[in-house]
Amino acid sequence: MTDIRYLAPRTLEEAVGAFAAAAGAARILAGGTDLLVQMRNGAVKPGTIIDIKKIGAMTAVDDLGGGAFRIGAAVPGVVLAEHPTFGKAWPGVLEAINLIGSKQVQGRASPGGNLCNGSPAGDSVPAMVAAGAVVTVQGPGGRREMPVEAVPAGPGRTNLAPGEIVVSFTLPARSKGSGDAYLRMIPRTEMDIAVVGLGISLTLEGGIVKAARVGLGAVAPTVLLVEDAAKALIGSRLDDAALEAAAAACRAACKPINDKRGTIVYRTKVAGVLLKRAAAIAAQRAGGN
Amino acid sequence: MTKMHVTTTINGEPVEFLSDPAASMLDALRGPLGLTGTKEGCGTGDCGACSITVDGRLVCACLMLAVEAEGAEIGTIEGMAQGDHLHPLQQKFLEMAALQCGICTPGVLIAAKSLLEKNPDPTEEDVRFGLAGNLCRCTGYDKIVRAVLETAAEMRSAA
Amino acid sequence: MNDMSNKWIGARTIRPDGADKVTGRAQYSSDYNMPGMVWGKVLRSPHAHARIRGIDTSKAEALPGVKAVVTAKDIVEFPLDKSVMLGIQDMRWMCRNVMAREKALFHGHPIAAVAAINEEVAAQACALIEVDYEVLPHVIEIEDAIRPDAPILHEWNQFEGKPSNIAGTMVLKAGDIEKGFAEADLVVERTFTTRPVHQGHIEPQSCTVSYAADGRVTIWSSSQGQFMVRAMTSLLTGIPQSNIRAIPAEIGGGFGAKTIIYLEPVAVMLSKKSGRPVKMVMTREEVQRATGPAPGSRMTVKIGAKKDGTLVAAQGTFYLQAGALPGSPLRGPVGCSFAAYAIPNVLSVGYDVVSNRSKVAAYRAPGAPHGAFAAECVLDEIAEALGLDPLDMRLKNSAKPGDKAIYGPVFGAVTFKETVEAIKHHPHYKAPLDKNPAPGVKRGRGVASGFWYNAGGESSVQVNITEDGNVLVTTGHPDVGGSRASIANVVAELLGIDHARVNVMIGDTQTIGFSNLTGGSRVTFASAMVATASTEKVIGQLKERAAKIWNIDAEAVKWDDGMALPAGDNAGKFPPLSLKELAAKANEMGGPIGTQVQLNTTGADPGFATHCVDVEVDVELGIIRVIRYTAAQDVGRALHPGYVEGQIQGGVVQGIGWALSEEYLYDAKGRVDNASFLDYRMPVCSDVPMIEALVIEIPNPKHPQGVRGVGEAPIVPPLAAIANAVHDALGTRFYALPMSPPKVTARLEEA
Repeated sequence: MTDIRYLAPRTLEEAVGAFAAAAGAARILAGGTDLLVQMRNGAVKPGTIIDIKKIGAMTAVDDLGGGAFRIGAAVPGVVLAEHPTFGKAWPGVLEAINLIGSKQVQGRASPGGNLCNGSPAGDSVPAMVAAGAVVTVQGPGGRREMPVEAVPAGPGRTNLAPGEIVVSFTLPARSKGSGDAYLRMIPRTEMDIAVVGLGISLTLEGGIVKAARVGLGAVAPTVLLVEDAAKALIGSRLDDAALEAAAAACRAACKPINDKRGTIVYRTKVAGVLLKRAAAIAAQRAGGN
Repeated sequence: MTKMHVTTTINGEPVEFLSDPAASMLDALRGPLGLTGTKEGCGTGDCGACSITVDGRLVCACLMLAVEAEGAEIGTIEGMAQGDHLHPLQQKFLEMAALQCGICTPGVLIAAKSLLEKNPDPTEEDVRFGLAGNLCRCTGYDKIVRAVLETAAEMRSAA
Repeated sequence: MNDMSNKWIGARTIRPDGADKVTGRAQYSSDYNMPGMVWGKVLRSPHAHARIRGIDTSKAEALPGVKAVVTAKDIVEFPLDKSVMLGIQDMRWMCRNVMAREKALFHGHPIAAVAAINEEVAAQACALIEVDYEVLPHVIEIEDAIRPDAPILHEWNQFEGKPSNIAGTMVLKAGDIEKGFAEADLVVERTFTTRPVHQGHIEPQSCTVSYAADGRVTIWSSSQGQFMVRAMTSLLTGIPQSNIRAIPAEIGGGFGAKTIIYLEPVAVMLSKKSGRPVKMVMTREEVQRATGPAPGSRMTVKIGAKKDGTLVAAQGTFYLQAGALPGSPLRGPVGCSFAAYAIPNVLSVGYDVVSNRSKVAAYRAPGAPHGAFAAECVLDEIAEALGLDPLDMRLKNSAKPGDKAIYGPVFGAVTFKETVEAIKHHPHYKAPLDKNPAPGVKRGRGVASGFWYNAGGESSVQVNITEDGNVLVTTGHPDVGGSRASIANVVAELLGIDHARVNVMIGDTQTIGFSNLTGGSRVTFASAMVATASTEKVIGQLKERAAKIWNIDAEAVKWDDGMALPAGDNAGKFPPLSLKELAAKANEMGGPIGTQVQLNTTGADPGFATHCVDVEVDVELGIIRVIRYTAAQDVGRALHPGYVEGQIQGGVVQGIGWALSEEYLYDAKGRVDNASFLDYRMPVCSDVPMIEALVIEIPNPKHPQGVRGVGEAPIVPPLAAIANAVHDALGTRFYALPMSPPKVTARLEEA
């Protein structure tokens, strides 16, 4: 029988110390909704499991004012859903986090886990990318910040250095007239992995797009920041031509695979459809803000 | 393997048990704790048959380590009735034939109870999305959804 | 007995097993443990097709904690040249299915099994078993398997004089098919495909067994028939049936999948070798990879009609995937596809095609949904081409009493028209449908019908009067969906006592007489018939006891409302004797009251169903959702309407999954690529609407309560009904299932 240690440190320093000491044989446990499945099917065999949910910073949601938020990496979706102000500022991010699995999974699954699992289809990631979230990472070398889109390195891999742990996500302050949205295509109405996921954040002034960010998931080895789509929207009134140009940019950004969840042709088509639909929702929300 | 000692509360009663650090809460419930009312349909969080509550939150027991139960309040199907007094959902499921084989029933009941605690006046859509994590292959969900809606109505009028 | 004012028959009573099931106390197969129990685990083939040159289990056996290892050598071999049947299962194939013999025939095929002190050690031991494989080319799909150059699974199997993967055929004929098509004004011929789908029972297969020192075996397992478990285990282990006690645990869904066994004989041999009770529980991945499913199919249906819609000829060619060993349910499509219609000229041919995937098992109306998908879509196309209402065309062509069914017998009652008319006159069919409610959203409505044979067969029912005057009924059928509740209703009705005074339990193989499988929509039909016979005998006993007490003839006693009464004034004046009073005097007046009746039941008339469905299509994304569903079926008599509706609703939703999202996917190495509930997409609660069940009750004259089987027919029409609705929405016909989003958008782009 393999020997597995379970640790539930109370401080970040302890967690980082233990993670670094295990030299790759440890796994971080946040919600565990991916880790336990991977352990069960033998895909991972950790020597040490480091449960980070006892660390205050990992489970805190801080409203920093003006729409800015800091979310601990291990905060489960249900806590964000219950938060009094988060969903008003970032409805798209909240929707995305709460599309990760069932209600049961939302009781556990966290944005930190979703990001570090490294799946290109993680629902929260495109929304975080669109939001311009910055992750705070702590490791043996200290603390650093990186844009969320810089974290994934490929399916199941991240650009975190050995021993580094994602601590929190910081979402920037929102200008007036901002709104975000996340849409994904799944065959069923629930319980599926995204075939394509698209997050968008818009800031409108007098009906004109002043700022835009588009995150696109499940169409490439990592979640993409589609800058060309944003460029096509900025300065426009979200007219059909601008939307079509942005949709085309999304399609052009796709480098998908054929797999059990979708085909190259289908994923590419859907990326464009979702861009248009999500933009409409985000614009409507922006108008209300 | 060195087992860990876990002190927890299950259905309101203090419980201690020893667990392999890698064992799931589902393994612990069905194994050393003998609470086999919580069912395993998939072991990957995709069917909801092992739904329990942890500190009042709905989770799949298969996606949680048993050692994470330390200090927590766990709720399982065995704690849903008060003695021989069934919870209104349990009673309504019987009256409305909302179960056939019954294997998904404990998980569905736990999820439905959690749903009604958050939302005492759900729409059909609320119930359907609220129970989307609980697969049932026998009923086609119709009678389950009706039973939950009817229970909610009765509980509201009784409140 | 067909009086609709009955008190308990037709009542929505609470099932006898209900409280245990809503409190988590009901004991399912994997909930049961035995003292000193060890864990069994199966080593499965990593190859889709490989010759097994040798198996070395010595390292596994040497691992501390390992108690026993078994391979095919420990399972009784049935030679290939002689068929030994148990029901519809050939033991030549079953012995090779539970443990690979000459070859591993699919990815996941059992190669060996280990019993060890816990699951981890058992898994480690499996990894230490060394298997010398000669990997062979594999073949999965029908069109590949029937090519002349296909890899051959079974060299001994010949078709048309050559080694082949076609392992069997079935042909049914009526009239002259060529002449029939020559008479037709319109002939439509289409080719259809469906993918394999799993039964999707939520409870994985599992068992706990004990082989005791005296050679007596106890099996606690989840199945659709404890007598099947006993017989098949006996055949595959050589242990006589009298030494095997098969106890039916509560069953967490079967839908046909649990009409055969996988683990029990293996666990028995592990227990025999280890001297310990053995528990085996499949993982979901094992269930999806190595049990069930229903076959995939490739079918061509050609139907000829006159201008007025009269059907004159129908031809069906049905290729079904058997999986690795022969035995696909050909009688489903071959016999059912055209059975509801009076068509003078029919040729229906089925081919059983083996390929390197798990052996198929029964799934609700085995094979019939496939054939109905093809036939009912072609009928829809004919009705459209002729400008006829599709329901009217069905009414016009319904088979009639006295017609000879394509599959042999002469029809008695045919209640097909009633199901069509129920839909035709239902508000759903008449309701206006906004076919384009929003840009990019299309809606459509479709109908289709279905036929299933239904079945009778062997059942045993014991009725005992307890000493305190209540009733205990024992049947021999695992209860998959409320059959205990139905039987309690029947017995309470006949005895004229409160339903709550009747308890119904499922006996094991040592406590009740032989009872055939729960399957084929037979259990409520057969067990209600036998429970009636048994209860009537008990009532006879009760009347005899009263006669004895009153010192009059038994014929002068009648049983009414739970009491024995003098039949008339001539019989004398006596105060009535209640069941309780008679039970209290039982022993002094002749002994215990109770009896068992065992019958091979007949008279199960076929089941007919007609469905109507509305769908909504997100055209850009290719997503199809069912937004309204109405299912009409003649059930003869609904003993417990709640569970009758539940059968219909459940069958419909399984059909929705089959039509829209469920399918087996394979990778290039022939491995199932979606062996999980995540990627094998069964409908979830938010995917479906309420399913309105129109329960039609035209009593079956051959049954004491008028029962017709219910469970199978509801899954027959949905595939075609949904495809027809999608055509109505989009103007495009889909000939391949599932109509999954990538396929829908691709088809729309090509159209």
